[in-house]
Amino acid sequence: MLTVLFDGIAAGVLLFLISVGLSVTLGLMNFVNLAHGAFAMLGGYVCVGLLNRLGVPFLATLPIVMLVSAAVGVLLERTLYWRLYGATHLDQVLFSIGLVFVSISTAHFFFGAQQQPLQLPPMLSGQFHLPGGLDVGVYRLFLIVVGLGLAAALQWMVVGTKFGATLRAAVDNPRAARGLGLDVDRVFVATFALGSALAGLGGALGVEMLGLDPEFPVRYIVYFLIVVAVGGSGNIKGSLYASLILGICDVAGKYWLPQAGAFFIYGVMLATLVFRPQGLFGRVAAK
Amino acid sequence: MTAALEARGLVKRFGGFVATDGVSLSVAPGARHALIGPNGAGKTTLVNLLTGFLAPTAGSVWLGGADVTRSAQHRRVKRGLARTFQINRLFADMSVLESVTMAVCERQGSAAHWWKSIGAHAQAVDAAAELLARLHLLDVAHAKTKDLAYGKQRLIEIALALATEPTVLLLDEPAAGVPTGESRELFETLLQLPRSVTIVLIEHDMDLVFRFAERISVMVSGAVLTEGTPAEIAADARVREVYLGQASHGATAGRRAAASPAAPPPGAAADGSVGLHE
Amino acid sequence: MTANVAGPLREAARWKKAEFAFWLLPVAAYFVFPSDLALLSQIAITALFALSLDLILGYAGIVSLGHAAFFGTGAYAAGLLARAGYGDPLLGLAAAAGVAGALGFVTSLLVLRGADLTRLMVTLGVGLVLFEAANKLTAFTGGLDGLQGIEIKPLLGTFAFDMFGRTAYVYSVAVLFAVFWLARRIVHSPFGISLQGIRLNAARMPALGTPVNARLMAVYTLAAAIAGVAGGLLTQTTQFVSIDVLSFPRSAELLLILVLGGTGSLYGALIGAIVFMTAHHLLAGLNPQYWQFWLGLVLIFVVLFARDGLMGALRRLAARWASRFATRRRVA
Repeated sequence: MLTVLFDGIAAGVLLFLISVGLSVTLGLMNFVNLAHGAFAMLGGYVCVGLLNRLGVPFLATLPIVMLVSAAVGVLLERTLYWRLYGATHLDQVLFSIGLVFVSISTAHFFFGAQQQPLQLPPMLSGQFHLPGGLDVGVYRLFLIVVGLGLAAALQWMVVGTKFGATLRAAVDNPRAARGLGLDVDRVFVATFALGSALAGLGGALGVEMLGLDPEFPVRYIVYFLIVVAVGGSGNIKGSLYASLILGICDVAGKYWLPQAGAFFIYGVMLATLVFRPQGLFGRVAAK
Repeated sequence: MTAALEARGLVKRFGGFVATDGVSLSVAPGARHALIGPNGAGKTTLVNLLTGFLAPTAGSVWLGGADVTRSAQHRRVKRGLARTFQINRLFADMSVLESVTMAVCERQGSAAHWWKSIGAHAQAVDAAAELLARLHLLDVAHAKTKDLAYGKQRLIEIALALATEPTVLLLDEPAAGVPTGESRELFETLLQLPRSVTIVLIEHDMDLVFRFAERISVMVSGAVLTEGTPAEIAADARVREVYLGQASHGATAGRRAAASPAAPPPGAAADGSVGLHE
Repeated sequence: MTANVAGPLREAARWKKAEFAFWLLPVAAYFVFPSDLALLSQIAITALFALSLDLILGYAGIVSLGHAAFFGTGAYAAGLLARAGYGDPLLGLAAAAGVAGALGFVTSLLVLRGADLTRLMVTLGVGLVLFEAANKLTAFTGGLDGLQGIEIKPLLGTFAFDMFGRTAYVYSVAVLFAVFWLARRIVHSPFGISLQGIRLNAARMPALGTPVNARLMAVYTLAAAIAGVAGGLLTQTTQFVSIDVLSFPRSAELLLILVLGGTGSLYGALIGAIVFMTAHHLLAGLNPQYWQFWLGLVLIFVVLFARDGLMGALRRLAARWASRFATRRRVA
């Protein structure tokens, strides 16, 4: 039972890393980016490519993954995304669906349709045998430590730095923030880059747990949206709590009620959307 | 005599911020009532509460003697309460006739008809055309709303409200943003409205207010400061201090605004200062 | 006086020559492409499906990422009814419309509660839940293998579904035209105009006395029923129901088709379906990944640079011809 909990937290942490960027992007610029999962997928493929084809050690791939994801994110933002900031949600949805199609077919072309194998370094494999008879996977533990550490760092950045303050102001009320002279556009590029980087990292770290194939963006986009719906858009702490809850529920559900499938998750999402449109943790942000 | 429109102790809180602080207001049938006050006094919020656009935190709204506090917006409209918006909320891609006919259909109960085309609903089209004629909009009846000058659009805003055949009409700064040249049409329209329609007017343009209103309520910081006839209000030292000092600044600024777009709009002393006037 | 004023309004509702010309195409196609009738039936069915989405998206402004839910529900309803022995096609369509419409009515209560973004996600959620349900209830739906053993009785008791697809084609086109004709009346009626009002300025409508939610629920239910009819047609013409009638890719593809053709004109839905399905058919030999890649690029391009789709392009062309014609007349 504790293993389930543990695995659930690990899954939740992965979800958080990938989804937090989407949540902030949505809360900040009101941009519906259904292609967000593609950045995670990109991170996964970069990691696997470096690892399997160039022999780069796993841990060394991670910073590279983050840089590449951030770079691609900034590139796409500056060339394409910015054109749709004022557009209707429909336009943004259509655009991001188009981007998803392009990313899926590109992944297919370069890597084929199969799941990518990933061999974890021996340091991260195996189990810890804790007193009391509890076995925890080393990698799971690693994920949790890294994930929660990053979550804490993010929270510190948002609360303790000037950039964070600007970000919070911009999420709360973009028009007022601009009126105060804050460079909201620069904040957005930076946030987009950071969100993409974290998504890429999450994708790379998640290859072992979530798998990696060209359909990744479509398969998991619902999970990311659920995190945003339940956690409230633009709310980092909310995203963390929502991710953890979702991760635990999903793993537990698959373990104990495999018949129910993804029902429970979708049900939770629908219920949240209907009864608390601002999410379980979010506030209704000003426009 | 039952008031046409009444607010009883209306309160509206947004989190910690009190936008409306126990406002009570009574408007007699056929009245020409103006609501004035500095920016941020809560005038539009009050209109939003009266029309049901916002739900009050406390207090009640009465329309023709009936409690409509729990009624949805569209039900209050059916009972005869209509409003115009401070910033035009029009149907950009529709023609003028189309939008007004749509509103008339709503009033005449044919809005849910799905078989005959709207053009074939002669009764509605006739009524719409008549309304447009009254507002001197008939010559642009088939133009797309988005292609018209702002002054004309402001008239359409009023036409839409009138199409609902209101007994009580709330006008939120009808002259806002209208260049002085075009605003005369607007004034004439308002002055010609029949006594069967009770009118409550929010305005910063003091010219219009003093020519039009028979009673004036002054709002400051979400509450009603005082209420009286135009003469009483003009003579009230408190009002002058709080508002009319800015308003004369605003009136002159308004005249300048028509001449040069760079000048601030009327009542623009947003920092609340009683400005030095020329 | 009013006869003149109402003129342009009535004119807008009248059938244009170009429309008559358009509806001759399916008739001609029957004779010009006798060996492709199966494909043409699919085009008609997709066109009907796209039409139903246009009603809620192009006219009422509701973005749905899960419209396939109603398509699939109709498909399964017709299929299950036929398997139960009631193979009459028109009965099947009625059942498909009824069940899908009922589902639409119920989900509209959820969809309309939230604002913009919430709405979008609710439509997505409903679609996903339904897909999962169909996946799990294998006894009913055949799960991933699909529903088989569907026998459709002859249409109107006389026209059997032949292997050349002739009956299927005429049937599909007839249903498409009938529903289109109805939809066309609706969008020009006061009801239809009020939907556009809701799309153009949702905040203003209650201030005009419009019961916005009631209107939207009505059109959402109608659109769901029509999508259900399209699904039922698919089942009846292919005698099979695959689970992907409920899938997200089908909803996404429909959105793409509608946007490609142009929203808010009804004909955009039809044209989008024709162009998309034809392109898909011609390029089907290609690697499916190439298809998806170019599809994605086209979608991005359309959204960024050609937002009003093919209908928009056609309208601009028509306007340019009209002005050139007028100048020529003026000169002469």
